[in-house]
Amino acid sequence: MVYADHAATTAVSDKALAAMLPYLKEQYGNPSGIYRLGRAARQALDQARETVAKAIGAQANEIYFTGGGSEADNWALKGAAELKKEKGRHIITTQIEHHALLNTAHYLEEQGFEVTYLPVDQLGRISLKAVENAIREDTILISVMTANNEIGTIQPIAEIGALAREKGILFHTDAVQAVGHIPVNVEEMQVDFLSLSGHKFGGPKGVGVLYVRKGVRLPALIQGGGQEKGIRGGTENVAGFVGMAAALEEAVSNLAENEAKVAALRERLVDGLLKIPFSALTGDPINRLPGIASFVFECVEGESMVMMLDAKGICASSGSACSSGSLDPSHVLMAIGLLHEVSHGSLRLSLGADNTEEDVDYILEQLPSVIARLREMSPLWEEKQKEVQ
Amino acid sequence: MMYSEKVMDHFSNPRNVGEIADANAVGQVGNAKCGDIMKIYMKIDENEVIEDVKFKTFGCGAAVATSSMATEMVKGKTVKEALALTNQAVAEALDGLPPVKMHCSVLAEEAVKAAIGDYYTRQGVDPEPIVGCNLDCEACHRTHE
Ligand SMILES: Cc1ncc(COP(=O)(O)O)c(C=O)c1O
Repeated sequence: MVYADHAATTAVSDKALAAMLPYLKEQYGNPSGIYRLGRAARQALDQARETVAKAIGAQANEIYFTGGGSEADNWALKGAAELKKEKGRHIITTQIEHHALLNTAHYLEEQGFEVTYLPVDQLGRISLKAVENAIREDTILISVMTANNEIGTIQPIAEIGALAREKGILFHTDAVQAVGHIPVNVEEMQVDFLSLSGHKFGGPKGVGVLYVRKGVRLPALIQGGGQEKGIRGGTENVAGFVGMAAALEEAVSNLAENEAKVAALRERLVDGLLKIPFSALTGDPINRLPGIASFVFECVEGESMVMMLDAKGICASSGSACSSGSLDPSHVLMAIGLLHEVSHGSLRLSLGADNTEEDVDYILEQLPSVIARLREMSPLWEEKQKEVQ
Repeated sequence: MMYSEKVMDHFSNPRNVGEIADANAVGQVGNAKCGDIMKIYMKIDENEVIEDVKFKTFGCGAAVATSSMATEMVKGKTVKEALALTNQAVAEALDGLPPVKMHCSVLAEEAVKAAIGDYYTRQGVDPEPIVGCNLDCEACHRTHE
């Protein structure tokens, strides 16, 4: 099997698994317990918090453990809105955010907040100027993702962060796809909140972090027994957080090496696949995540491609309408200005450090014939051929 | 969302893919904007039996599978029998479809009807009373929004 869907999730790394196991079995204490078993769990949790903080240039007391990236996004938005609602009710974000962010923004609109969804250019970039122009007296929060999960485009977060700080507006970034893959530093990015998720860099699923800058008094997400400084109650997922921290430490210590390796694999894949007629790369060709190779292939439909690749042992994904179970193709592909008919043929191959050149070559061997076969049975392709002649 | 074994089989090994050079009935439904188009070719003999049928489809796994199944179900049948084919029958023959994919079976039924409508048109017969619609209804084009 060739796994080329690392943007969806990753396998738990050996180091992360080894770090987790004791806290599922022998070291099962509740971190709130004052006896030795509880203290051991508490220490492990403190250590994990330190490790995560160090990996993103934060301090341990700025790290709040969550149940994943979606929870962190929800918390940042709803919390900031609650915190600043007396000051204003305007929020700025982009059209290409993950649904965890977008649907939370829609929810806040229902609650009487006003949200500006900034457009992006054809490569998926937002402009600093557009952010600046959108800022109003009553703007209380700006949220822009660090890098996009479908097309890999990286945004100018540090510039937006500097602008937000100058204007005294809270700034959040969803860095779920970036952390562990490209350098991420909360000081350099000048963010007040940052979301990350364990399972995108070799940690387990269902664990994440919301970074909250010291001094920002974020309201509680879950009322409970005082965990996470009283703002996210519930007995901590000790093994999960320990595993996430171990995976992050590993990813960050190998970052430069892996980034170069994975980007080289991606380039090999992109170069090979763009030889297919009527194909195009989506997203920014230069400022993009190392692992994400995203395309549109005309006259074929994404879900069909994914299913045929599956039959060849290749895991990939698509932003086509059919694969999302709705009539509309992904909002990201719409936002970069693709026609509906073209965006139905989207395919995302996302690579990781565990992929090899052989994996890439296998995809290059299989995908062109999958596309040829689907085109052969496509009435659109028939029309396209007539146009060309 | 899960596809049945039958859907997977008809997707992986679709029956009756292609064109018929001397088809006397061709119907196309759906549109590219919505992400699925089905085109059905038929060769109908003088006794109104569908001697041969082929399809071309642009669309998802369910679109391909329902096209394949629908062509299997009408092959060798009379035009009248083929007109009685319902989308539910196509879906059932595939051991069911996920709810969001039921529209693919509707498209397959419509593609069969569109081809038969074309057959009557070519014969100089008004297809509307026979096929049940003038084949220019919204359902056949399914324009977006
Ligand atoms: C950009 C982005 N934000 C948020 C999420 C949600 O993270 P999680 O699956 O941990 O809730 C994802 C992952 O799918 C993502 O890619």
